[in-house]
Amino acid sequence: MTDRLLGVEDLVVEYPARGFGKKPFRALSGLSLDIRLGETVGLVGESGSGKTTLGRAVLGLAPVTGGSIRYAGRDISRLGRKERRALASDIQVVFQDPYTSLNPALTIEQILTEPLTVRKVARPEAARRVRDLLDQVHLPADAGSRLPREFSGGQRQRIAIARALALEPRLIVCDEPVSALDLSTQARVLDLFREVQDSTGVAYLFISHDLAVVRHLSHRVAVMYRGEIVESGDGDQVTSRPQHPYTQRLFLAAPLPDPDLQEQRRAERRRLARAAAAPSVS
Amino acid sequence: MTTTAAPTDLPAVRTLERTARVSLVRRVLRSPVGAVSLVFLLLVVLAAVFAPLLAPQDPDFASARDVLAPPGGDHLLGTDGSGRDILSRLLYASRLSLSGAATAVGVAAAIGITAGLLAGYYGRWSESVASSVSSVFMALPAIVVLLAARTVLGPSPYTTMIVLGVLVSPAFYRVVSAAVAGVRQELYVDAARVSGLSDGRIIARHILTVVRAPAIILAAGMAGIAITLQAGLDFLGLGDPQRPSWGGMLSDAFAAIYREPLTLLWPSLAIGLTCIALVLLGSAVRDALERSGRPRRRRRRDAAPPAASLAESVVVHDEPTGARAEELLHVRDLAVGYDQPDGSTTEVVHGVELSVHRGEIHGLIGESGSGKTQTAFAVMRLLAAGGRIVRGSIEFEGADLATLSEKEMTRLRGRRIAYVPQEPMSNLDPVFTVGHQLTEPMRVALGLSRTAARTRALDLLARVGIPDPQRTFAAYPHQISGGMAQRVLIAGAVSCGPDLLIADEPTTALDVTVQAEVLDLLRDLQRESSMGVLLVTHNFGVVADLCDRVSVMRAGRIVETGPTRAVFATPRHEYTRSLFDAVLEDTAPRGPLVPTTQGAQA
Amino acid sequence: MLWFVLRRLAAGVVLIVAIAVLAFFLLYATGGDVGRRILGPTASADTVAQKNTQLGLDKPALSQFADWASGAVRGDFGRSWFTGQSVSDAVTGRLAVTLSLVIGATVLTAVVAVVLGVLAARRGGWVDTAVQFLSVLGFAVPGFLVAILLVLVFAINLDLVDPTGYTRFADSPSGWLSSILLPVIALSIASIVGVAQQVRGSMLDTLRLDYVRTLRSRGLSERRVVYGHVLRNAAGPALSILGVQFVGLLGGAVLVEQIFAIPGIGQTAVSATVGGDVPLVLGVVIATAVLVVLLNLAVDLLQGWLNPKVRRA
Repeated sequence: MTDRLLGVEDLVVEYPARGFGKKPFRALSGLSLDIRLGETVGLVGESGSGKTTLGRAVLGLAPVTGGSIRYAGRDISRLGRKERRALASDIQVVFQDPYTSLNPALTIEQILTEPLTVRKVARPEAARRVRDLLDQVHLPADAGSRLPREFSGGQRQRIAIARALALEPRLIVCDEPVSALDLSTQARVLDLFREVQDSTGVAYLFISHDLAVVRHLSHRVAVMYRGEIVESGDGDQVTSRPQHPYTQRLFLAAPLPDPDLQEQRRAERRRLARAAAAPSVS
Repeated sequence: MTTTAAPTDLPAVRTLERTARVSLVRRVLRSPVGAVSLVFLLLVVLAAVFAPLLAPQDPDFASARDVLAPPGGDHLLGTDGSGRDILSRLLYASRLSLSGAATAVGVAAAIGITAGLLAGYYGRWSESVASSVSSVFMALPAIVVLLAARTVLGPSPYTTMIVLGVLVSPAFYRVVSAAVAGVRQELYVDAARVSGLSDGRIIARHILTVVRAPAIILAAGMAGIAITLQAGLDFLGLGDPQRPSWGGMLSDAFAAIYREPLTLLWPSLAIGLTCIALVLLGSAVRDALERSGRPRRRRRRDAAPPAASLAESVVVHDEPTGARAEELLHVRDLAVGYDQPDGSTTEVVHGVELSVHRGEIHGLIGESGSGKTQTAFAVMRLLAAGGRIVRGSIEFEGADLATLSEKEMTRLRGRRIAYVPQEPMSNLDPVFTVGHQLTEPMRVALGLSRTAARTRALDLLARVGIPDPQRTFAAYPHQISGGMAQRVLIAGAVSCGPDLLIADEPTTALDVTVQAEVLDLLRDLQRESSMGVLLVTHNFGVVADLCDRVSVMRAGRIVETGPTRAVFATPRHEYTRSLFDAVLEDTAPRGPLVPTTQGAQA
Repeated sequence: MLWFVLRRLAAGVVLIVAIAVLAFFLLYATGGDVGRRILGPTASADTVAQKNTQLGLDKPALSQFADWASGAVRGDFGRSWFTGQSVSDAVTGRLAVTLSLVIGATVLTAVVAVVLGVLAARRGGWVDTAVQFLSVLGFAVPGFLVAILLVLVFAINLDLVDPTGYTRFADSPSGWLSSILLPVIALSIASIVGVAQQVRGSMLDTLRLDYVRTLRSRGLSERRVVYGHVLRNAAGPALSILGVQFVGLLGGAVLVEQIFAIPGIGQTAVSATVGGDVPLVLGVVIATAVLVVLLNLAVDLLQGWLNPKVRRA
């Protein structure tokens, strides 16, 4: 094999519908994607596009009904609970909402030791590791004894990153990790993501609705729309010169923080919309 | 669940549990109500345990000479209609009540908590089974079932309480399964699963701790119910006549109500006070939890202003030459504060100055906690409960909104000042149709007839770009999408032809393609009617797209203000510059992955 | 909407059947030697066996149930073992009395609880504190203690109304009213505070919701916002609690009837229990279940009317 870390092929995810005899809801309909070692693949899409479902499928939290997810050559899409647990040291996660992804009743140290105890890391060794992790995400060493509610959103997201790093995984699924944060906090957390990648060589599947965020961090970018990938490729190309009409729409819809450039972009978007108005637009 | 769980780390979980429980007990004891009720219950338990030592007489010894003796002397609380010592009977009876209640609660907890944990964690089918069972149980008053059970099982108090325990176990089930199902949705449980924790470990660590508190509250209430029902059955003469019971004593006393009403007092007090103490204990536990356990979602500790910034002045950019239109709104030295439970006031906006002219869109930009939304709400006088304008004035067409009466304010709202909120879905009343919510203000504010309001509402819906106005008019909010709902809200805001529109992050909850359309709509509507708009946002792109002027807020103050182009071209305040630096739109893309030596083979 | 009603109705029928089957087998299976209990220890074994045959108790349980069920469908719930009176007559004759108590208490609860709950939520301050305090008391103190207290105060000390006994409405409407007044009050206290708490709580929750601010921003008056929108949204949870309280009221009636000497179904239940009169107990159980199912149906319909989302659920 080459340096391919994760390979998703023809993936289908369907959620059983509530109620008997109803058609299941198809969240992903046969998409393919791969991630190389140490690479960041950005996944962009609007709500309902299925980008979060793809992340959850990789994590084993969504029902895979077709296709495969290969991790280091091995199909992990339908693992039993026990085998899945063994995968914890390879694939980790950082979720969107920094307020619900940490158990409010546990201290930071307890949260960070959780993955370690599963690996039967001895107590002093675990304590040392927690200090290292806190240092790695630039939190003070005394943070361990405090509760999540004593931290701001950005700091909580740092803790979530530390938890993900605890087992030294090779892939982290990042599900909108900065979209709940303020602009300046967001920039600092993104810097941390890059710094961690530079020092550990971890790969990211980076899910976001924000083209600018994805562009900043991703080597390659895939754009999702209604359960499918409509465009993918080199990050610069997809986010600066999109080819697919939907990506173009997405690209032109994001307002630029410059009144003159935005005026141009708006004019271009309206021209495109008028051109597309003949076929139906939702 | 699995046997692979290493025994060495179980103690860690247990100590955690214990520390949490200790602190809960301590918190309950800190409230006077909790302490008093806990101490009282403790005394009742001690009295029951040591009844043989404490009771002055044999509870069943009847003295024919002392029938209905008044309190005092040999009989501290007097005697009953058969000449038995009331105090002794009361003490012995407490054993029956407490052990009965403990039986019922124990049975209910054992069944309900186990079933609730399993159903809540493992899913749906068990949920429907359990809820049908509980609907059968809940369809009959407990006492009727207990009567039926007594018919065939006889008067044993413990059998009755076991039946009661089974009967009320769905209450435990419901509380526990709801708590578990709620926690199961939490991201931290997903994170624990991704971390490789087994189900058993997740339940012990993340779920039992959540269930503990509601279970205690429920158990307290249930013990009260058990005591009440048992006393009720005894009162009806359906208990075991051989044993003294509070209900039986009440029944004896009730028979003698005309002769010695005082004898009613003692068993009534015993039953009443015990039940009150149980309920108070439950509510003390709830209070203790609510005070400390609720995660404070939007609290930002890092939003506090550094002391040095307090005195700094506002950077004001020069106005472009040429006359501006008439001034609509002028906010001067506005301060907003929230009253705290301890009587103090926390100020969140400290002296804001800001003006909006007719036909102009003024952007108010800042990060969360900067006070931008509070400023906007203050202008409409719609601050959340406890919030008020501490000082300053809000001039709107010659009136000071800060001092207008509530009635005058109501007359301005909708007609002259309108509002577009942030979250489209939560800002429509779920029980009324879209049409009703659009027409009601027009009929109230403009005095339109039902048909006129309907016609206008349909026009507005068409104007804001809703494809099928008739259908949306008749729809309930849960039947339309978020983007549609926001258009409906915008239609509602402009329905009465306001002069000033206050838009609080009107596109933040929307997808970016929908956001672009909604921004276009807002711009067009504003141009058509030359409204003034105060637009609250955190997005520089939105400001660049829409706003003529912008004010940058931080920590309750405006730090920089001026025409949008001027501020964007040369941001002068340090904070504004740092915000522009954090903007990612203009940064270079990362570029493709350059293979390094780091890529160890898989 | 019709589909919604039919489904709820079907669920109610299933529930009643389930309760009937369950109750029948539990009661009959554990009945013991009924003939002996009816005839007493002095009767000969022959007459006891004869009695058992006469009551159909010698047949297998399933065929006993078949007999009973085929009668029950036609409204014949068998006869009392002791008095020989038809169960349906015994139950329906007294049901009206109990219903007037329970429905009176439900209406009183609904009215007083909404007033108290809205007051507590809107005014806050001492009104709120007082309502909260009364709630704890009303919830904790058993209804029959309140009943006894009322008898004590009105019978012994004030001598205002005849504290016990029952006057039929047909005989004297005013007498009827005064005879159920105290029992209804005693019954209602607990459910009033329960529902008032819920009204207060869901009013406060609703007042905090975003759309309330938006409604105010549209220039609607405070009264319109509170009574037109907030109360209607808050009514759903309160109505559910009222439904639960109704079941509690039926149970409470058993004790209250005893205390006020009112010849309702509760008294029937108690005497049947004491005597071990299984057919009558079964009749009471089923009558109660039917009442509860009917009430739940009414609550569901009201919920559907209040909240469009419920209609589709």
